[in-house]
Amino acid sequence: MSTEIFTSQSRPAGLADAAELTDTAGDPARACREREILLLALQAGRILLENGAEIFRVEDTVYRICRFYGLKSASAFVVSNAIFLTSGNEEEAQFAKVQQIPVNVANLSRVAQVNQLSRQIEAGRRSLAEVRRELTRIEHTPGFSVPQQVAAASIAGACFSFMFGGGILDFACSLLIGALLQLYMARIGKPNFSKIVCNILGSGWVTFLSLLCHRLLPGTHLESMMIGGIILMVPGVAFTNAIRDFADGDYISGSVRMLDALLVFFCIAMGVGFMIAVWNRLMGGVLL
Amino acid sequence: MITLFFQALAAAAATVGFALLYGAPARYYPYCAFIGGAGWLVYLLALPASSAPTASFAATVLVILMSRWFAVRRECPVTIFLIAGIIPLVPGAGIYWASYYAVTDRMSMAADTGLEAFKVAVAIVLGIVFVFELPQKLFRVGQHKK
Repeated sequence: MSTEIFTSQSRPAGLADAAELTDTAGDPARACREREILLLALQAGRILLENGAEIFRVEDTVYRICRFYGLKSASAFVVSNAIFLTSGNEEEAQFAKVQQIPVNVANLSRVAQVNQLSRQIEAGRRSLAEVRRELTRIEHTPGFSVPQQVAAASIAGACFSFMFGGGILDFACSLLIGALLQLYMARIGKPNFSKIVCNILGSGWVTFLSLLCHRLLPGTHLESMMIGGIILMVPGVAFTNAIRDFADGDYISGSVRMLDALLVFFCIAMGVGFMIAVWNRLMGGVLL
Repeated sequence: MITLFFQALAAAAATVGFALLYGAPARYYPYCAFIGGAGWLVYLLALPASSAPTASFAATVLVILMSRWFAVRRECPVTIFLIAGIIPLVPGAGIYWASYYAVTDRMSMAADTGLEAFKVAVAIVLGIVFVFELPQKLFRVGQHKK
């Protein structure tokens, strides 16, 4: 998904009259090193952007890596799903690369590791080869396994149901609801469906489970079980990053991420509303 | 008083759960828990004296101040603390009530709760924007130079 435009080895013929300029940039070993620096900066930027860093941090890291290894002409343009990186002036070789970045599940531990690496680079403790190895390692660190995610979602959901007025019975039900939701998300929803369908079905699933618990166990509070379930689907990363991008003046990425967050909020509301309407029609009577 | 304590404890546990879902490194969990718990405590304390948006604003400001403080101390991206810490304040309940009232044909209630959720979201936005305007130097106070 990436396009190299041209490097110093394959310049268009029209630039031949600028021979005195290309002479200094023509050194293949140096051009190769510059290319390597840019590619590493791009890789670092890609890992950051994929895993939920804000635009400012991505640009900052790319520039820091380029500057530290002596590439002065680097110029980066970062939006929420792509990085455009170019370099080239009188002294340095022409190079350009566009990298499209798929929307991914945030993994903040990778962001923290790249950040740590960038600090070490600035402190002068890393060679280019080491940086390459380290970035590849960071990229392949596994995220948390599905059972771990299910356990975390289960506990987080149950705590939320308690925070929003639930009793011990609601707490127990929410443990189950949170676990079943995360299981659906990881195994069925995310691999198979688009974001919209995945979230509508997910919040419908939460609503169905909560209504069922409410029906079977009379002492429960529908409201707190529902909140414990849907809070797990709230797009925290997109929402927070959107605001921070706006604050940094990155309006394009801010708008895209805010739209993403609003879409998910809206889908959650759709799923809840749809399931309650269906349940009312089938079971009759008013809830609560 | 005891309820408040347990509420804060639940918020702390929930924040850690979210930190894990977002893949934050395990060594930062105690800080996440502290930030999430403190934010929720401030929200609950401010709620009786004011409205939900005001209380959310106060809690957001505290959450972000603490996130930036710990981010500088622990030398890591502020995002790690911020995203999990802000989750308890996000108006999830508002979404539920708005859609619940909408499908049960109580449109004015749906509009009210929807607007309330929107106000809370705006309060969180303002909190984040204002605290991020503070200069980084402020958070380095008392930290010796390397």
